[in-house]
This record gives sequence, C-alpha cells and structure tokens, in this order.
Amino acid sequence: MKTVCCSILGFGAIGQGVAEVLLMKKEYLESIGLEVKVVAVVDSKGATVNPKGVDLADCLVRKRRDRTVALENISGVEVIQSVAHDLVIETTPTNILTGGAGMQNMFAAFKTGKDVITSNKGPLTLKYKELMEAAKAAGSHFRFEATVGGSMPIINLVNEVLAGNKVKSIKGILNGTCNYILTRMLEERASYNDILAESMQLGIAETNPTYDVEGIDTACKLVILANAIFGLDATYNDVEVTGITKVTPEALEMAYEKGHVIKLIGEVSRERIHVAPRLVPINHPLAVGGTLNVASVETELAGEITVTGKGAGPIETASAILSDLIAIYGN
Amino acid sequence: MRVSMDIELKDVPGQMLLALQPLSECKANLITVVHHHQKRTPRKTVPVKLVLETRPESIETIKAKLEENGIRVVRVGEHRFRESINVVLIGHVVHTGIQDTIDEIDRTGFAEVVDLSLSMPGINMLSSALIKIDAVGKEDLHKALAILKEVSAKKDLLMVLPIDIQA
Repeated sequence: MKTVCCSILGFGAIGQGVAEVLLMKKEYLESIGLEVKVVAVVDSKGATVNPKGVDLADCLVRKRRDRTVALENISGVEVIQSVAHDLVIETTPTNILTGGAGMQNMFAAFKTGKDVITSNKGPLTLKYKELMEAAKAAGSHFRFEATVGGSMPIINLVNEVLAGNKVKSIKGILNGTCNYILTRMLEERASYNDILAESMQLGIAETNPTYDVEGIDTACKLVILANAIFGLDATYNDVEVTGITKVTPEALEMAYEKGHVIKLIGEVSRERIHVAPRLVPINHPLAVGGTLNVASVETELAGEITVTGKGAGPIETASAILSDLIAIYGN
Repeated sequence: MRVSMDIELKDVPGQMLLALQPLSECKANLITVVHHHQKRTPRKTVPVKLVLETRPESIETIKAKLEENGIRVVRVGEHRFRESINVVLIGHVVHTGIQDTIDEIDRTGFAEVVDLSLSMPGINMLSSALIKIDAVGKEDLHKALAILKEVSAKKDLLMVLPIDIQA
C-alpha cells in the first residue's frame, strides 16, 4: 500500500467536495493500493493539522457548524513549509488579478518539492509558464484538470488519451452559468436581468456574476487550454472577449426560428483565443442546455471529439481532482 | 464565383484534354463535368456541361482559350450568390440606421442582405435583428462580414455569428 500524505488548502465548496470524495472513495483507493492521508485542512481562518491524519468527517461537520475548520492560526504557506507531506490539493478561490493565496501556495509547494493538484484558475491564467518551470525544477507533478470544465475531461483527454494527435482547435461552452441563463431566456422568453436574478437565487450565479456573464471565466479557461494543450504562453490579455449581457430574448427567439440557439462559445487554436455569443445549429453537438459544459476538440488523426459534462459542482470538480491524484500516484 | 459552361466537343480522342487545359491555365477549379456521350448535337458534336469556380475576370480568357482549341462554347451561365449566412445584430439596430447598415453590404456588389427579421420591444430597449446575407463566394462573404463587423463596432451593436464562421 502506498501512502500519499496531502493537505487540502481552501475548504470552501470544492475543498469540502474533495474531503467528501476522499471519504467516499477510501475503499476504492485502497483497492488500487493507495492510502490518501490528509494531514492538514486549511481555510481562510486557519488550519487543522495532524501529521497522523486529520478526521475529514469531523472537519466537514465543524466547517458546516462553525463556518471554519481552524484549530490553529496557521496559513496554507506555513502548512506547506512546516508539515511533511507529498501533495498539496489547492482549492482556494480563483483570483485572476493577483492569483490570490493560490499563487503563493503553489510556488511554496514547488519550492518544497511537493506535488500540486488544483481547481484554481487564477495562478494558471497569470503565471502558467513560471508555475510549470517551478514544478519542473522541483521535479513535482502539477495537474489541473478541474480548472477547465469541472468533471468534464479536456486537458487529460487531449494530453493523455489523444496523445500523438495534433489538436487544431477546441471550441465549447465552458461556463455553466451563462449556458443556464441563455437556455432559460429562450425557454421563458424572459429578459437577461430576470433570469440572472433567478440564477442568483438558485445559487447557479454568484452574487457578483461579472466573471461569468462578461466571459472572463471562459477566457481564463481558454488561456489554460492555450498553454496546456497548444504550448502557448498566453495570458488573459490575449483573449478577445464578449459576454452575454447584451443578448435579448427576442434575438434568441429569432435565431431559434431559423434553427439556431445562441451560446457563449469559447474557441482556442494556435492562431487565436476568442469568446463571444455565437449561433449554434439546434442539432449541433455543442447545443447543450442548462448548466452543462461541452467541448469539441478538432484533432488531426481522430477527427472531432466532443465531450460534455457538469462544469461545476463540488463533487463533480472533486472527481477531476481525484482522477489527477490517481494519475499521479496510481499503479 | 461559380460558373456553369456548356461546351461542345468533337467526337475524336483528346478533346477533353483540350477542354480542360484552359481551365487549368487560368487556375479555375473544376467542380463537375457532365459528359453527354450518348447525345449528339445537330453538328455531330458531344455536349458537355462544366461547372467551375473562378475569378469573374478569368471567364472571358477561359472562353477565348477554349475557342482557340477548337471547342465551341455554347453558353456561359453565372451562378451568383452561392454562399448564405444568418447573422444576429443586437443593440439600437433601428435608431442607428438599419438602412445604412444594409446599404453598406449591398453596395459591395458581391454580397447583399436578402432577408431581415426585426424585433423592437420598446423605444429605450435593445432591439434585435436577424439578417440573411448572400454572397458570390466564401471569400466575398468574409469580406461582407468584415464590413458588418466594422459597422457594428461603430454603432455599438453586438454581432452574433454562426459557430462555423471565423469570428
């Protein structure tokens, strides 16, 4: 049995999802020869640390009851520097302006030779190249499937399953909130503002939905794909971005009468990175509804391959983190 | 542009080569050849229908070269506007002069607006239009879209293009 000692940095919805999935999959992981021992859980108020392994179920209960797991006033970077472990599961919130705590956590992890699995887009959007170089210099594994499309595999699909294929382009819907708003606007013939308000009530849109509806979130995911799949050194400034705030129910209806739906489509190739509302034929593989995400990968040898799935949700995102973990330590 | 051409070949070997040579010399792209070998014209020649893609200015050269090769050109028919696209415009489509937007496309000569659906829910609200543009060829369609993109930027209109078009 191989024991993987890890920390979970960031204990919001996704970090808690990771804890739940690790509890849920304990026996399965053991069956493939892996014992995953979480030695620290960190949130914005502090940490729970136990080199022998923290009680994840207890962490979940305390987080929900007290809104924190903090038993000690110690930060993520301090945990990385002072507690012996192999892997940092980095699930702090995305900040695309500074990279936030995630940026510091990742560099600190590589400095101490630890592996990193993350769902945090911010650092990858800002400093992809530097992070990859730091990981390489440290001999660390660095995986981030959960940053694009939640549980929907794109990065690992292209880099591993489709290895050897040259990818020409990737097009898709990479933001479930926008997809939900556009789907509902067409179904209800309701205004953007009404459906946005409904999405906020249902918790599908954030209180500040700017990242989603202005196309910024999609653009960040495209930057990650541009770098991880096309080998570019792109940043957010390289993306042409138009969001969905101007789309009207009448436009959706007219398009529908001509056999099209309007979707916020992100598109990346070696030549350009682009986000905008586009007309998609109703029977096209990218015309998925609700909060679903979808991506179509145009490859040299295998033709067009389309994957669809839940782009968000704590358990779905944790599923991508789990697959990254097994990819690093399995077998 | 795509052009259909009816020609007549003498019923002797090597005629088809003489017919295709001028097309190749003028870099025309041959789309179809229908060789009506079982039919004969009153002149005992074999009618052949060609469809080719070429620049408009090459048509006369091709015709002259074919005739130089002893091939009779019976008819040259132009298939105009073979590319078509729907585009959605959102913004103050009417108040910023929809006629002017349409004119910008129509006056190109190689593309025109052939259909328009319009919705204006209220004076101060954004209106939406779906326009259909026909163009002579793919390249012309892209030129027309580039013009529409410029006009839309000037008038602060959101232009929603089909997914298979390079935006």
